[in-house]
Amino acid sequence: MNADELSVVIPSLPVGEWVDTAVDWLSSTFREVFRAVSDVVDILINGLIDLLLAVPTDLMIVLLALLGLLLRSWQFAVGAALALALVVAMGMWVPAMQTLAMVVVATVVAVLIAVPIGILAARSRVVSNLVRPVLDFMQTMPAFVYLIPAIFFFGIGYVPGLFATILFALPPGVRLTELGIRQVDAETVEAGQAFGATPRQILRGIQVPLAVPTIMAGINQVIMLALSMAVIAGMVGADGLGKKVVESISTINIGLGAEAGLSVVVLAIYLDRLTASIGGSGAEKSLGAMIRRSKNRSVAQRATTGI
Amino acid sequence: MPAIEANGVFKIFGRRPERGVRALQQGKTRDDLRKQGLTAAVIDASFTVDPGEIFVVMGLSGSGKSTLIRTVNRLLDPTAGSVVIHGTDISSLDAAALRRVRREKISMVFQHFALLPHRTVGENAAYGLKVQGVNRADREARAEEALGMVGLGGWGASMPSELSGGMRQRVGLARALAAGTDIMLMDEAFSALDPLIRREMQDQLIDLQQRLDKTILFITHDLNEAMRLGDHIAMMRDGRIEQIGTAEEILNNPVNNYVAEFVQDVDRTRVLTAANVMEQPVAVLGSGAGPQAAHKLMREHQLPWLLVVNRDRTVHGLVWSSEVATAVREGQDGLPLYRDGLRFTTPDTTLNDLFVDAASSPAPLVVRDDDGHLVGVIPDVTLLTAMANGQPTGNGQTLESSPPGIPDSAMTGTEVPQ
Repeated sequence: MNADELSVVIPSLPVGEWVDTAVDWLSSTFREVFRAVSDVVDILINGLIDLLLAVPTDLMIVLLALLGLLLRSWQFAVGAALALALVVAMGMWVPAMQTLAMVVVATVVAVLIAVPIGILAARSRVVSNLVRPVLDFMQTMPAFVYLIPAIFFFGIGYVPGLFATILFALPPGVRLTELGIRQVDAETVEAGQAFGATPRQILRGIQVPLAVPTIMAGINQVIMLALSMAVIAGMVGADGLGKKVVESISTINIGLGAEAGLSVVVLAIYLDRLTASIGGSGAEKSLGAMIRRSKNRSVAQRATTGI
Repeated sequence: MPAIEANGVFKIFGRRPERGVRALQQGKTRDDLRKQGLTAAVIDASFTVDPGEIFVVMGLSGSGKSTLIRTVNRLLDPTAGSVVIHGTDISSLDAAALRRVRREKISMVFQHFALLPHRTVGENAAYGLKVQGVNRADREARAEEALGMVGLGGWGASMPSELSGGMRQRVGLARALAAGTDIMLMDEAFSALDPLIRREMQDQLIDLQQRLDKTILFITHDLNEAMRLGDHIAMMRDGRIEQIGTAEEILNNPVNNYVAEFVQDVDRTRVLTAANVMEQPVAVLGSGAGPQAAHKLMREHQLPWLLVVNRDRTVHGLVWSSEVATAVREGQDGLPLYRDGLRFTTPDTTLNDLFVDAASSPAPLVVRDDDGHLVGVIPDVTLLTAMANGQPTGNGQTLESSPPGIPDSAMTGTEVPQ
């Protein structure tokens, strides 16, 4: 049905055609750029996948569990080891590592973009006002829509999936970075100013460190969104758990779907708990915190006893 | 040269605040400005802080005192007026020069301590030095020294979260001390502490100030704190400074009803000193005189007691009229001196320290200067009157209207037979 028939005042606008033309123009004009980006990212992600799979599976599980012990607690480490063993047992280890690699690369890139933008937005009202509607757009646009131009730009494979993933996962990183920096106690920032610190010293010495828990919550959100999007990326040919899910849908294979889905859940919970610990909550029992505490104590003892 | 000089400082928040300054100068009120969407936080504030003094700005919340202190180091830019630090007008400095002033001349202590929670106590104390670019070894040494001064020696490796509120504020104080500036701004520095700790911190501040000779601009809403700490006190209300003076001046000569009402609940005994309330004896007796002379003098002036003073104005003792009468009747030569129960004090002792002495002796308290010379007396009645917010009207003139020390007229007024 055409807009002309619905309203006599509002003209019909071929928005879709415009976007279509724009994407066409972009992909033909910057073909070489997109190709280069695509190649580099492809090498990067395949390299990471090869690395993750080059480590013997059993050793990899132990390493991931140890990371959990270092950052969280021994209970978490044991749980993680068992859950990852289940993934191996279901034969989902290779796609799980492919998905993990994609999530890691997407997260790193998203954070590298999001945190600086968030800092700028926190320091400048103008930037903040410009960025906010863009983020709203990025977050509310249905994720599948990103996949279409991504294919045009980068062809089939990991790269379009990654591109869509980054776009989709970026906003909470920006928002929570801005929030975290704005929430730093005004008096503490004043203290920096009152002692003559430069804006850069205040940013690096006071604002960013005090915003770390909030920024980490943002990164945690980025990882979660990246994981959910990485599965969707399976539709455009990215290998991994997503591809298994898509495969199970097209062949109506309930068993495969359940195994792939369960593996996604394991990955999600592992990454969520791990990154939440870096942000501060629930990290008191971690090995890292224990080492830090005992170090502080011995330094304090030395100071008070004068040895 | 004054350490801090504020001349007609205005701070108005809102759009185009300069119009607010003009409106206020034309006699508009704060409420008029509010209708235009402007908030006048500080209005025409002028004051001078001399080097080495504690200058207290006292006012209730919303009186603009925290805004005022922030214009002194330009954490807030004054809308109009100037602030001069050691002869430098900081209103016109660019960002780099201003940072230099903040690093070298003014440090600040904050109400909620404003410590860096992710840094150790030692690193917090060394913060000012780190910003100044002092190398690690030097700043650790100076931070440790400053921590020692505030009684936190050996705590350098702890985290602020492991410390109590009072200890955290000591770290804040150490941070300001370590920075090595002459001027310290203290924004309600003790207000967040409980009363006992607050008192302890006040004592410590007075002690540190005397040792290090810092110039301190102290903000508080606690009048007793203001009176205890301040060499000079500025009373603020609704953005304006109502009165500047010493604690005694504000207590005894409030410029308006607001200040008067404000100070009426002050514990006067902690503010007023012996010099503020003491009287000059109507007459004193030379130590060479006998009972007859004493009897005559006391009958003339209707005195129940009389001080006996040596020629160098040191106090010899006191005689009671009843005992003098007995001595005269019995024809004794010597004065029936009362000496054991006589209590002495110094002019700068506060009244609350006089009560025990006053109560333990029937005789008046004798005020002597450091050399032991008589400067005045405080009969019990005078002490009670001073507490009751009145002007002392004892058996002599009050020292309110005459300089401390016994003027010559008092001496010549005595009849000292030689």
